[in-house]
Amino acid sequence: MIELLFEDLCTQCNECVTKCPSNVFDSVPGAAPAIARQDDCQTCYMCEMYCPADALFVGSDCEKPNAPDPAEIRASGWLGELRRNSGWDEWAADPQYNNQIWYMGEVFKRGLAR
Amino acid sequence: MLSAEADVLVIGGGMAAAWAAVGAARAGARVIMVDKGAVGTSGVTAAAGPNHWWVAPEQRAQAVTQRLGQALELGEASWMHRILSQTWATLPTLAGFYEFCINDAGNVVYSSVRGPEYMRALRQYVESLGVRILDHSPALELLLQRGAIAGARGERLQEREAWEIRAPAVILATGGCGFHGPLLGSRTNTGDGYLLAAETGVALSGMEFSSQFTIAPAFSTMTRAMSYVYATYYDASGRVIEPSGDSQKLRFLAEALLNGPVYCDLARMPQDIRDRLPYISPNVLPVFRRQGIDPFQDKFPIALVSEGTIRGVGGLTLETEDCETSTPGLFAAGDAASREMVTGAVSGGGAVNSAWALSSGIWSGHAAARLAKRLGRRQGAVERSGQAGLRPAGQPKPLDEAALKTTVRAQATDFSTTYFRDDASLTQALDVLDAQWADIRTGLAGGLRAREAAALTATARWCLTAARHRRESRGIHTREDFPTQAAYLARRQILRGVDHIESNFASVVEIAA
Repeated sequence: MIELLFEDLCTQCNECVTKCPSNVFDSVPGAAPAIARQDDCQTCYMCEMYCPADALFVGSDCEKPNAPDPAEIRASGWLGELRRNSGWDEWAADPQYNNQIWYMGEVFKRGLAR
Repeated sequence: MLSAEADVLVIGGGMAAAWAAVGAARAGARVIMVDKGAVGTSGVTAAAGPNHWWVAPEQRAQAVTQRLGQALELGEASWMHRILSQTWATLPTLAGFYEFCINDAGNVVYSSVRGPEYMRALRQYVESLGVRILDHSPALELLLQRGAIAGARGERLQEREAWEIRAPAVILATGGCGFHGPLLGSRTNTGDGYLLAAETGVALSGMEFSSQFTIAPAFSTMTRAMSYVYATYYDASGRVIEPSGDSQKLRFLAEALLNGPVYCDLARMPQDIRDRLPYISPNVLPVFRRQGIDPFQDKFPIALVSEGTIRGVGGLTLETEDCETSTPGLFAAGDAASREMVTGAVSGGGAVNSAWALSSGIWSGHAAARLAKRLGRRQGAVERSGQAGLRPAGQPKPLDEAALKTTVRAQATDFSTTYFRDDASLTQALDVLDAQWADIRTGLAGGLRAREAAALTATARWCLTAARHRRESRGIHTREDFPTQAAYLARRQILRGVDHIESNFASVVEIAA
């Protein structure tokens, strides 16, 4: 579930408030949004995808918060990886990140043919 | 309070809702969309990578024949042909908003799309047609006028105010029900549309076909199935668990999980697919890494996650080929509607369900727009149809909504009431759910959370009641006490009622075109 919002990275664009499908965030005038309802997080990673500042971290444990160490997460290289590997925004021009979802059918075919 | 009028009100925010809004707006209607979450990120499509059932015209006869066989006498060829041709015609129209892939051979691939980009594109398409979107605005009840639909009302969660929208046509595209489990993107899919419609008298069909599961690393929501074609499964002692029977069916894992934890690795995935995976499905590998797991080397614990009525089959019964229900002006699209016509007794998987969601969205949108033009505005007095969780029959009493939801998940997704059910296990679970329903009806009053708890409980009661009445095994409905298919039950099971549920079996009669 949503674990961390790095306030120093956040640009207060409030995309996470707008995009979260389970309404986890509250906007805060003049400040970064608040993770107001962590329990409502459905661990769908949409907020990370839509955060242009790579200021959000969603842990992959959907049952409980694990309070990860912010310094470790910052150093992990994980911030922004979903947005980058999806080829969004500033990554759109880099062919390395082209959308290859079409290959899903081939993966199934090759796997089931074994 | 926000008050508004529309020709067509679409309730929901996933792919069926978006295609319904497109269909209605392109037919000239003034459309408002209300979604509990946010159009573009809500629901099971946005977080996944849907494939669409996609068959060239010259191959359709064969594809439909094959699918009819899998449907085990509950499918209908005409509906299958209709969704194939509608999807073929419509999906490419998203090209201005979605960049379809080019495969290695240089051809455009329309059928497989990436969820976040697809739903982002659909939102842009909907907005470009002038549709007004209200995000974070769940519907709580439908409005009726002399038995016909007149609109809906609900809450705006971020503005903390009510909304009421009058419309002579309403499309329910609220999705299926994931029973509040970890299925990716399904947390807001609490069966709301089933309850909203049933309170106006609409029946449900196929609810017994809801024992559909998928694999996820334990404690995660990552229910995307693709990687598991390369899975090897192990028991706690490290012994390999071999699939028994059809390798596509997961029942052997449920049997293994009854005896203890099951582990998995993806060591058999070829290197070139591993390299490509982040750009096929960007959200798969991070889930492992963030728990310190290398899925290609390490054995990780897995869970079987219920797909409820989402990859199950059941939903609201439709009366016309335009997807109108028995309540005049009320339409259902996507997983809110029964998909027995196109999938029969087995899961449609992602592909048939996506083709259905797109097609039923377009059809209901067109028909709702036509109806609205004919009927004009819905003014004057209306009745509010909401009951459970909104208007308790007795003294309101404190009920823990989270605990109510947990009970539903426990009863409706346990292997004893899904894969391995019999009359005794279903009766036992229904006793718990019926008692909970009585508590809700008597005492639960509140807003969205109360209504979700009511809808989840109602949906679980429909699914398990239907399972108890179908005394055979057919497709994904299996009974330990009736292990074979009964020829006389090649019929649809129709459920009526919210408090008292009545079951009737009806012959499959194709709707005349």
